Amino acid sequence: MLTAAKYEKKLGPATREAFGRTLVELGRENPNIVVGDADLTKSTMTTYFAKEFPDRLFECGIAEANMVAIGAGLALAGKIPFVSSFSAFVITKGFEQLRVLVAYPNVNLKVVGTHSGISIGEDGPSQMSVEEIALACALPNFTVLSPADEASTKWAVRWAAEHYGPVFIRTGRPKAPIVYNSDASFEIGKAVELVPGTDVTIAATGLLVAEALLAAGQLETEGISARVLDIHTIKPLDEEALERAARETGALVVAEEHLVDCGLGVRVAQALARRCPAPVEFIGLTGYAESGSSDQLLDKYGLRAANIVDAARRVLARK
Amino acid sequence: MERTKDPAALASICKQIRRHIITMTGSAKSGHPGGSLSAVEIVVTLYWDVMRHDPARPDWPDRDRFILSKGHAAPVLYAALAECGYTPKETLNTLRKIGSIYQGHPDKRFIPVLEASTGSLGEGLSAGIGMALAARLDKRDCRTYVLLGDGEIQEGQIWEAAMFASFHKVDNLCAIVDYNKLQLDGFVKDILDLEPLADKWRAFGWHVIPVDGHDIAALQKAFAEAAATKGKPTVIIAHTVKGKGVSFMENSPKYHGVAPTPEEVELALKELA
Repeated sequence: MLTAAKYEKKLGPATREAFGRTLVELGRENPNIVVGDADLTKSTMTTYFAKEFPDRLFECGIAEANMVAIGAGLALAGKIPFVSSFSAFVITKGFEQLRVLVAYPNVNLKVVGTHSGISIGEDGPSQMSVEEIALACALPNFTVLSPADEASTKWAVRWAAEHYGPVFIRTGRPKAPIVYNSDASFEIGKAVELVPGTDVTIAATGLLVAEALLAAGQLETEGISARVLDIHTIKPLDEEALERAARETGALVVAEEHLVDCGLGVRVAQALARRCPAPVEFIGLTGYAESGSSDQLLDKYGLRAANIVDAARRVLARK
Repeated sequence: MERTKDPAALASICKQIRRHIITMTGSAKSGHPGGSLSAVEIVVTLYWDVMRHDPARPDWPDRDRFILSKGHAAPVLYAALAECGYTPKETLNTLRKIGSIYQGHPDKRFIPVLEASTGSLGEGLSAGIGMALAARLDKRDCRTYVLLGDGEIQEGQIWEAAMFASFHKVDNLCAIVDYNKLQLDGFVKDILDLEPLADKWRAFGWHVIPVDGHDIAALQKAFAEAAATKGKPTVIIAHTVKGKGVSFMENSPKYHGVAPTPEEVELALKELA
């Protein structure tokens, strides 16, 4: 368990990098692991798998719908396929195929979206995926994972390979702040309480987990005890941990690099409305962003520790 | 089931399948009889002669796969699966009714022996490629067959798949276009013409075999030629008649998605006696 004040933000590998490296390990362990990519292997980092297992990497060209459906066919024939592209393309252009060929018949396909959120930077909004938590969670039978750093991504990819059923994993482009030691352990559907706290809970996912830790440190200096939860599994959501947080801290802030109208925040609010209503503030995006550096965008669009701290003060005032 | 290569025996099975299609859709009071009737010879030739499969071992890894990409023609597939012994014949007439395994479109949740759930057009060819690639990786000599509708190939994904399959030399894959010239809104040539269809597939690198889709001997020959064609996938363009076998349904846009009335069922069954 961390103490908030001691958290120091150090950058580790990007979560897409962790995905690519883990995929190669899995490929060595299990010949049934196969991969589809849509002309982005050097960006999604499936390039490592392609180099070692050229016969098991299907380069589909820029045709995501076809890639997703080929993945479904491979899965139906007993393979464990991972299909990957930018989140912005694989889940939108492949959505109908995910719905009919994968979700409702519960087909064993793994979909990994890379370059999620606005932190991809200079490429701009057409490449920035800010809707995919909504889309992935809309698909019954899908497990939806949003790991924060290298260690949690490694676990997520390994878990997906071992689990029978469709999985969506959200990963990012920039180097990700290290949150966990390499020997950290995770459990599907169980939020990780990174920092204990009694006054307010910050429930964060992905890149915002590190910002939540920084925010908790800042709040601690103000005498506010903030609990930090890493919601690495968006679906199924850890409703018990959220209910406990609502009962024990009485107020929550949800933080995500996603549209606030349809992401983790609304799922948390739904769970709390059912189990234990409490005031909640939401940190996320209200629309599309623009080109810029990753840091500039996170600053400008309010996805920083300082924004979480402000939200915590607001929500505490509503207690 | 009793497999046969005899065209006359296969024709007699076709008649039985057509009777099922009429009674099933008549009983459901909805469904797609026209595009089911046009595909009968294709499906029967595959299941009773061409395909390697065994109803006693539906999960046989070396089995050939069949995907009904034009999922709305579910009645022809259900009738064939039931006559083969995969699913019960006595409940065929529960088609489209609540609780039935015979859902409006093929649904693996209710019939696990289906190779895929289909119904959203344009997806089956890609799924078939995935199965064919898996067979190639596992060094199995099984083949994958995908039945496409003519209107269905207006979907862009079909041409993504067509490009992929030839580039990757997926020669254990055979697509069949049920070219019955009609879709829901009318004649294909008036909605969004496919011609020159054979040229399009050739340009995408496929081996193309045009055939009369109701001539069983010609279909048998075409499937043999497809299996013998190496280095590229094959598409059989099966020229068919929508509503085939029931005089008042033939070539009628109405019976794309309208079931026969009880009187029409009676008339049709007389013709199919």
